[in-house]
Amino acid sequence: MSNGEDLVETLRRFNLFADLDRAQLEAIADPDSERSFAAGERIMRRGMSGTGFYVILDGEATVTLSGEELNRLRQGDFFGEISTLLDEPLTADITAETPLRVLEIPGPRLKAFLLSYPQVMYRILVTEARRLQEVLAWRS
Amino acid sequence: MAVLEKPFPPGEYPVVVVGSGPGGLQTAYALSRLGVEHAVISQDDSPGGMFRKWPIYQRLLSWTKPDAPHDRTSREYEWYDHNSLIADEPELRATVAAEMDRNYMVPSCAEMSRGLAAFAERGGVHVRYDCRWESTRQEEGGYVLVTSDGEYRCRAVVFALGVTDPWKSPIPGIEAVPHYAETGAPREFQGKSVLIIGKRNSGFELADGLEPWARQIFLVSPRPVQTAVLSIATVRVRYFEPLEDASWGGGTFALDAAVERIERTENGGYRLDAAGTTRPGPITLEADVAIAATGFRTPIQDLRELGLATVADGRIPALSPYWESTTLPGVYFAGNTMQGAAGLRKNGVGSASGTVSGFRYNARLLAQTIAKQLGHKREWRMLGRDEIVPYLVSELRAGPEIWTQKGYLVRVVYPDGATGILPLAHFLDHCPRGSIGVTIEMNAEGAIYPVTYVRAGEEIEERELPTHHLNDFGGGEYRDALESLV
Repeated sequence: MSNGEDLVETLRRFNLFADLDRAQLEAIADPDSERSFAAGERIMRRGMSGTGFYVILDGEATVTLSGEELNRLRQGDFFGEISTLLDEPLTADITAETPLRVLEIPGPRLKAFLLSYPQVMYRILVTEARRLQEVLAWRS
Repeated sequence: MAVLEKPFPPGEYPVVVVGSGPGGLQTAYALSRLGVEHAVISQDDSPGGMFRKWPIYQRLLSWTKPDAPHDRTSREYEWYDHNSLIADEPELRATVAAEMDRNYMVPSCAEMSRGLAAFAERGGVHVRYDCRWESTRQEEGGYVLVTSDGEYRCRAVVFALGVTDPWKSPIPGIEAVPHYAETGAPREFQGKSVLIIGKRNSGFELADGLEPWARQIFLVSPRPVQTAVLSIATVRVRYFEPLEDASWGGGTFALDAAVERIERTENGGYRLDAAGTTRPGPITLEADVAIAATGFRTPIQDLRELGLATVADGRIPALSPYWESTTLPGVYFAGNTMQGAAGLRKNGVGSASGTVSGFRYNARLLAQTIAKQLGHKREWRMLGRDEIVPYLVSELRAGPEIWTQKGYLVRVVYPDGATGILPLAHFLDHCPRGSIGVTIEMNAEGAIYPVTYVRAGEEIEERELPTHHLNDFGGGEYRDALESLV
């Protein structure tokens, strides 16, 4: 994947952006928002502030707490929204498991981003509801 | 005049630096001072070739203040001069500042070129000019660079090529539109309507330069101008007049729209069809001339075939925090391609690696890293227990590395008292327990404040210190905060 056309095509396939038209996808697909990490590189560090919201374009990442793997994230998954929305330090580490490419929405721009694309906000909300449901089911 | 023999004939060198712009010169200087044997080759015939072509209409965007609170030959002065290269010797410092005519705070291309040439000459930075890198082979233990003068074998190669290849975004019909790099003199646009594809620095540079001549100017791209970011960015001078004109309805338009196609019209002009983004709806524009101000890319030639990973539409190599390719070990980049290592981007604030002010410090670190890999021993400055807090206070007040590379570079003190500059990402992931780091950071609102980092166990303890109305981080509360870390 090497050009903006491809970035739009990649985003179009993701559930998160399924309701957006082409012009909206082009507005989101800012090549300067693309970040690349080598396998083994950390993307997020527990205890750090000032983070952003990330959508995985390519590759896999693991969520770990004190070295224990909690979750594995794949293409189309997103992370970083909780510490950004709550403006609190990160509670876990996220590390690239393979070469990883992500789309970054910087923390200070997330609110405006979500308000500009309420369909994306709705899909994030559905995902968060599922995660909460899983946690509640696990506890009961 | 006698013809001097060209330095660095083809052959085997531990390191080869490609390029003679500020990134190449700074890296070569730093390698020399560390005693690392290397060759420097360049396709240009003198230092800083890019500054003879671009920017087209305007001066550079980064400031150099000939007078400042610190003496021009001091290390602390570097923060006030974002264009000169850095050196240990006073006579090599502030070479651009010495050229400034004081009519503007930012240098002209000629002032920049003269400053670079003075650095290369006085610093004895030798370059094999008119030697063009043509292709690359990977061999066991290193690389072979095939050049117009012959083959160079090396263990490590530093490409300081700039982000200098004109690049067009993949829009149907864009091939008929000339690139920014081909733009002629402003008077050629007198009385014409001008369509500029792109709303970044180069697009607004053209709009600003053409406003006194053109009849109408349309700037078009999908994303809105980030006015909140511009308010704290030095590049905003280029945006002022066109944006003011646009907001007053004076004939300049900055449109947020995804371009669907561009076509030539029968009368020799251009027609553009687009879909509005910020304000949805179809947009059709006609203009006499069109310019693609869609940016530049690093001229990586055949490195992609060797497996070089890239970011930003394939325009820039993806780099580690130490500016090594994430996929080609031993391949490093210097100069403004160093922006391919994004850093932490805390609060969405990027590094200064895309400008001389930031990448001159990166180049020094890069040279140290390469020296270490080649078996040279790094000499650290050692601090005694009682020296640590006063030293860190003085660095928070005026340390040019952390002031310039906010949030990318960190001043570190190791448990044994050794101190140096590192990429913050490297420090956070690899420093031993008990290491202390201090940085200057900036938030999205433009507030400047110190941040301290301590590796206490597995975790990093991050602490933001308060801002100060004079940015003087030398008072009691800062000393106390540092004291509590030691």
